[in-house]
Amino acid sequence: MPSQRHESRGGKCVKQVIEGSHAVSEAVRLARVQVISAYPITPQTHIVERLSEYCAAGSLAARFLRVESEHSALAALIGAASSGVRTFTATSSQGLALMHELLHWAAGARLPIVMAEVNRALAPGWNIWTDQTDSLAQRDTGWLQLYCEDGQEALDTTIQAFCLAEKVNLPVMVILDAFFLSHTYEPVDIPEQEAVDRFLPPFRAKFRLDPTAPRAFNQLAPPNIYMEMRYNMQEAMSAALESFHALQQDFAAVFGRGHGALETVACEDADIIIVTAGTMTSTSRQVVAHLRARGEKVGLLKLKLFRPFPVEQIRQALKRAAKVAVIDRNFSFGASGIFAQEVRAALCNLDNRPRVLGFVAGLGGRDVTTDVIEDIYWRTKKMKGSDQENLWVGLHEVDHAIGSLE
Amino acid sequence: MQLEALNNEYMCSGHVACPGCGAAVAMRFLLKALGEKTVMIIPACCWSIIAGPYPQSTLKVPVLHTAFETGGAVASGVRAALDILGDTETTVVTWAGDGGTFDIGFQALSGAVERNENFLYVCYDNEAYMNTGIQRSSSTPYGAWTTTTPGQQWKRLRKKNIVEALVAHRIPYAATASIAFPEDLIAKARKAREMKGARFLHIYSTCPTGWRIPSEMSIKIARMAVQTNIFPLYEVEDGLRYTINYSPKGYLVDEYFRLQGRFKHLTDEDLRQIQEMVDEDWALLCRKAGNSPRA
Repeated sequence: MPSQRHESRGGKCVKQVIEGSHAVSEAVRLARVQVISAYPITPQTHIVERLSEYCAAGSLAARFLRVESEHSALAALIGAASSGVRTFTATSSQGLALMHELLHWAAGARLPIVMAEVNRALAPGWNIWTDQTDSLAQRDTGWLQLYCEDGQEALDTTIQAFCLAEKVNLPVMVILDAFFLSHTYEPVDIPEQEAVDRFLPPFRAKFRLDPTAPRAFNQLAPPNIYMEMRYNMQEAMSAALESFHALQQDFAAVFGRGHGALETVACEDADIIIVTAGTMTSTSRQVVAHLRARGEKVGLLKLKLFRPFPVEQIRQALKRAAKVAVIDRNFSFGASGIFAQEVRAALCNLDNRPRVLGFVAGLGGRDVTTDVIEDIYWRTKKMKGSDQENLWVGLHEVDHAIGSLE
Repeated sequence: MQLEALNNEYMCSGHVACPGCGAAVAMRFLLKALGEKTVMIIPACCWSIIAGPYPQSTLKVPVLHTAFETGGAVASGVRAALDILGDTETTVVTWAGDGGTFDIGFQALSGAVERNENFLYVCYDNEAYMNTGIQRSSSTPYGAWTTTTPGQQWKRLRKKNIVEALVAHRIPYAATASIAFPEDLIAKARKAREMKGARFLHIYSTCPTGWRIPSEMSIKIARMAVQTNIFPLYEVEDGLRYTINYSPKGYLVDEYFRLQGRFKHLTDEDLRQIQEMVDEDWALLCRKAGNSPRA
């Protein structure tokens, strides 16, 4: 369970009960970020409010830009990161959608920007509660994506994100579920500055805007070079996969804990494996423990690293199962849940691949309780036949509801 | 002093501007004035192309090409980073066309100057979206043909007064300049360089292709715009103190319009109405300059 995974080594930390949002703020402070730029959007605001307090109090020597939109928040960081400093912002939902064009710019410019993204449903109707469609819709922008389960993981992942971004020159999104993680208070080990400094050295950009060594950045790239630039981005993504694994070892050496690209719980002999990302994982841990106690051969796969997608690890984790039940708190209209798509794609060329069932649950912050997850398990066990694309869980009577509008 | 400035070149040959392009002339003069300690931010505009494709660059200063609507925001970030790194000397410049300034980039520009970010925003104004093939912008003047205001649907709306919009933000410095008045342009760029806070320079920049004029007429037409009061040269400090830098003899606007293909459909009556608008705007500007404490 999470509390055990987060045991610290050597006591070089302070354990505090803090919000998930503030776990991110602490990590950003400890990373000695130099420029922060932000625009308010619920439920992201607590992250940057806390950072603005640190800047005002002088406990963080960063320039804080209070810009007029999320679009400008990321644009400002593109300018700052191009000038060779460590940068951070945070957003959610509509704000992330507004940034979409600049997500491509940040990645294409190969800038190591780190952003916390608090998963929130997209309007209409207005909905501030959690839903992963906002971040998953940005999967093709060239950003690394790391999904977090709890406050400790949010803190650790944010610190690691700077290492990763600066290592491979790609931006990184650290992703938290709205409220279930962002606004939940938990005990979190906050490391000492000295330990973080040991793990994360100051940022030294290889190239930057410098009048003593003028260069042009992001200029016209005709067909004879554009494709190579994109190939290099993919190479960097591949390198990021390697770096991520190495980073966990380095992190564990300093802090005594680590988080894998994915995590398996009781998967070795499981017939059915439930796949989750984000806070639903914690609930699923309970369900798996409960079902195991009743003799059910069920396992859990938690997805953390989504871009780059750890295909080989996922194959290894899932290949012995008969069925895989992916629970998606997101949806790609006209297709299926997005994690289910990705898991299917990872498995499709295996000779004896498991059947993949895609469950859509919890959109717009609807509760995904232990009962819901247990129900998903029993349905999966009963289900026969080919892969199931879209199994919507807990829908009210939609036809009836629509009928009442006519 | 001016001669010495003119000897320094920060723009190399090999740029890919059209013949007679005012924006190429404007950049050359601006950099002569600002010198090498300059970082140039270029949102989408003709200059995204003019600067040259990878791996070449026609400028001898660092250039950051960026998205169309981000000029004000990117400059804010570059300035913040340079300050954090201890470089407070370098002038951060956003160099944008009228589309990137008057229209799509206006939010980021307004946001940046409201925060009084310490940078110079330069708009080279060719009065339409020229890089994409002559579509109207909010800078396109009353009476102009463009590919999106064709035939009898020529633009019957006034040009947005961008300097007044910036002045309304009470920024430390806002000024107009013209490629036909290089001494004035250089003097204003140097003045802006020495100031702190948000500074705005609006440079009138002829486009032979879009204005349907021979390339050799570029400077002449730019000069006529000033001489007819269509584009007065003036500056405004702290949103209050107006100074008119050039007192034109008050030529009639007819000849300026008759020389350009984009206005060829205008009737005598249209030109009379335009003359009235120009006179009205000039009188308003004179009143502001006259009322200012310095006048």
